[in-house]
Amino acid sequence: MKKMLNKKNIFTALFALAVYGLIFALVQAGALSRHFQSLLVPVGVNIILAVSLNLTVGFLGELTLGHAGFMSVGAYAGCLFTLNSTLPMAIKFPLGMLVGGLVAALFGVIIGIPALRLKGDYLAIVTLAFGEIIRSVVTNLSFTGGAGGLKKIEKASTFTIVFIVAAITVVIISNLVKSRHGRAICAIRDNVIAAESAGINVVYYKLLAFTVAAFFAGVAGVLYGHNLGILKPDTFDFNKSIEILVIVVLGGMGSIRGSILSAIIVTVLPEVLRGMEDYRMLAYAIVLIVIMLLNASPRFAALKNRLIHKSGKKAKKGEVA
Amino acid sequence: MALLEVKNLGITFGGLHAVDHLNLQVEQGALYGLIGPNGAGKTTVFNLLTGVYQPTTGSFFLDGENLTGKAPIEINKKGIARTFQNIRLFQNMSVIENVKVGLHNSGHCSFLESVLRLPRYFKEEAALDEKAMELLAVFGLDGERDYLASGLPYGKQRKLEIARALATKPKLLLLDEPAAGMNPGETAELMDTIRFVREHFGMTILLIEHDMKLVAGICEQVCVLNFGQELAHGQTSQVLANPEVITAYLGEE
Repeated sequence: MKKMLNKKNIFTALFALAVYGLIFALVQAGALSRHFQSLLVPVGVNIILAVSLNLTVGFLGELTLGHAGFMSVGAYAGCLFTLNSTLPMAIKFPLGMLVGGLVAALFGVIIGIPALRLKGDYLAIVTLAFGEIIRSVVTNLSFTGGAGGLKKIEKASTFTIVFIVAAITVVIISNLVKSRHGRAICAIRDNVIAAESAGINVVYYKLLAFTVAAFFAGVAGVLYGHNLGILKPDTFDFNKSIEILVIVVLGGMGSIRGSILSAIIVTVLPEVLRGMEDYRMLAYAIVLIVIMLLNASPRFAALKNRLIHKSGKKAKKGEVA
Repeated sequence: MALLEVKNLGITFGGLHAVDHLNLQVEQGALYGLIGPNGAGKTTVFNLLTGVYQPTTGSFFLDGENLTGKAPIEINKKGIARTFQNIRLFQNMSVIENVKVGLHNSGHCSFLESVLRLPRYFKEEAALDEKAMELLAVFGLDGERDYLASGLPYGKQRKLEIARALATKPKLLLLDEPAAGMNPGETAELMDTIRFVREHFGMTILLIEHDMKLVAGICEQVCVLNFGQELAHGQTSQVLANPEVITAYLGEE
């Protein structure tokens, strides 16, 4: 237990609490415009989506383009659950998230078993097809409300709830990555043949990473549905999957901190640029390109290293004192 | 009974008999060399013994247990570990993590225990760290524990690969051209390391090598392959003096 309460973990927890407190205070004081307040939940949802996709793309090293599909399955399952359940909202909402996550995870297993035999581009195409199949199936089913979607979902996704769920997601995925299971996943990314000959069950760990990612995509979907109050199949199209992938690549493959930061930027940026009217999406694209170029530049990386190194030194001094 | 018994092992790719009716007996604690000209089928033998390829004929036994047709993971669990001709490390992971991947099956923490950071997780990680450091110390890599594997110099990468293979607690270690790309100084050091591994871990080692100095220096027995078939086997000094072997390596006059 002592190790759990080491300085780094305490610092991270305090930092998260401070961020939460700050935003909460800003909202209470009315310092955040309505417009920005409405972005808080989508930012949280995108953090969950990006961090979970990073598990498959960044840590397992498999390119998948169907994350929105899992989000969609989870969203519909969870929202149908809360719509049809008579339990009080305080109970059925967390249950709904669990249902959404589990149904998405189940789809993760079903899709993963055949799809994970494929590699690289082939896996990307298959997962892309899966996302599109889900979308058209949901559009044509009656109990999902068809193309009109689900309506009158209670708007239960508050900033506090989304913040907690996003924090749990980040903790779980970073803990997973830093365990023997996570090492196995990263080993598969670095060299499948060597991993196999070191006794790693490659099929199992690929499926594990895929399923855990699908679970959290499902949970994010449920939060998404309970934020807007309506669900439409078209929301979860190819573009949504790409948007999540953009967040992951922008934040850096295999970097959880990067995914969080980049989820915030990518979600808030289009709204900040709203003043530019017609040029908004153009400016958005340019900003993304600039960030990518900066990420790839060795000079910027050196600068970043120096900054991290400095803060690392401070931490060491702190330990001595 | 020999630790490794290979009986009539063979594999064909199309019409090519890459390995043809190979028989091998490697005794417990032996240092056995597998040599032969390029394309003789040496690495294919390793791929057969580790389950990467499935043999078309014959079988092989470790400690009397038939491992023919088993998957690579199972064979590794049964006690055969290997290194690769072209080094295959986990490049983006640290030196110690590479060894800890090898220790994967020594760990027992479930998914939930790991994710929820239950007490057993910390206990196990500490134990794995200790074991990994012991292994790294044997190879003089303990000073580089947190380096990225890709950042190690070539000779140390070779050593790290052996350390990772040993972490899986094998009975038999297969080394595929451990001295490839090394200068004479490094090769001499490697010979010491291999001898040390055999004595310190009581390991049985089967190795492929082109460097005849190394083979003559450390292997008690060798088997010579040529075009997938056994050309000769037995005491190293006798086999290397065999005119047929010399012809296979150097060609006829």
